[in-house]
Amino acid sequence: MHIPDGFINPGVSAAAGVVAAGGFGVAARRARVYLTERLVPLAALVAAFVFAAQMINFPVLPGMSGHLIGGVLAAVLVGPAAGYIVVSIVLIVQALVFADGGLSALGLNIVNMGLVGAVGGYYVFRALMRATGNRRVRVPMVAGIAAFASVPLVAVAFAVEFAIGGTAESLSMGTILWALLTTHTLIGIGEGLITALVIGAVMSARPDLVYGSPSFTGRRAEASVQ
Amino acid sequence: MSSGGQRRNTALFVGALALVLVTAVGLSQFASDQPDGLEYVADQEGFAESADEHVLAEAPLADYGGNLDGTESTNVAVAGLIGVLVTLGLGFGVFWLVRAGGTPPESAGS
Repeated sequence: MHIPDGFINPGVSAAAGVVAAGGFGVAARRARVYLTERLVPLAALVAAFVFAAQMINFPVLPGMSGHLIGGVLAAVLVGPAAGYIVVSIVLIVQALVFADGGLSALGLNIVNMGLVGAVGGYYVFRALMRATGNRRVRVPMVAGIAAFASVPLVAVAFAVEFAIGGTAESLSMGTILWALLTTHTLIGIGEGLITALVIGAVMSARPDLVYGSPSFTGRRAEASVQ
Repeated sequence: MSSGGQRRNTALFVGALALVLVTAVGLSQFASDQPDGLEYVADQEGFAESADEHVLAEAPLADYGGNLDGTESTNVAVAGLIGVLVTLGLGFGVFWLVRAGGTPPESAGS
């Protein structure tokens, strides 16, 4: 899911860079509302976990693999603001140290996986939690479903960027969108399973630390979440 | 927070970090080397060629240790270890800077 340099033209890439940087500023201000000193190690650990998990490509189809994005996972654990920062940190390390994800595409990748994947996916999670009675026992399953849904959402975000700024010529956008949606819906199954398992493990050990759960004992940035 | 709670938190942190390292250094050995979803679609739909080579493609850790001298297995392990430590360090730094300000530490002496 990491866009390399060259897929998207410089104008759209730069615009995404501005959005990503602005998003980082907003996320930092929001995280400041709730990310207390005792949550700092947890947030750093979540970033390290997302990095590690993204190394594990799992087979999906003959000739195709997928890997965790981790946006919903991070956002449910540490909140959407810190989740956006987690994904940004991972993408920056991958692009600068491991040449994974283009440098000019860093903003695009942060917009897709951080803004759409983590923040967008978190609000899918919140909506599903509200719709199912906001029960803490359902947090892992609901997080898994939101994580599953987030992967085709991220793929659609790429499709939009590609439609506006793709450098390749004479391609059928409809065919590409369909190919992106079908493959990433399949990859989403892995995303959902891993997210549900990890959130389930953390919920059984420390439900008080899970931001998205009704059992969370800290402050939240959104007043409406109870 | 009591020192017992603090010890428990530290133990949990160390345990979770150990699992993260096992994932990055150990489980990563079993990762599929097939193209991921986006690469696959780019190949199939004929726009893979529009990618430029990464500016840092010659960096020692590019492609998760691909340019290192060791065996494939040790290269991935080294990349995983360094990646986890760098991400963890950057995470601590960034989240320390953005942490909720104005609240004094709960126990200054601990």
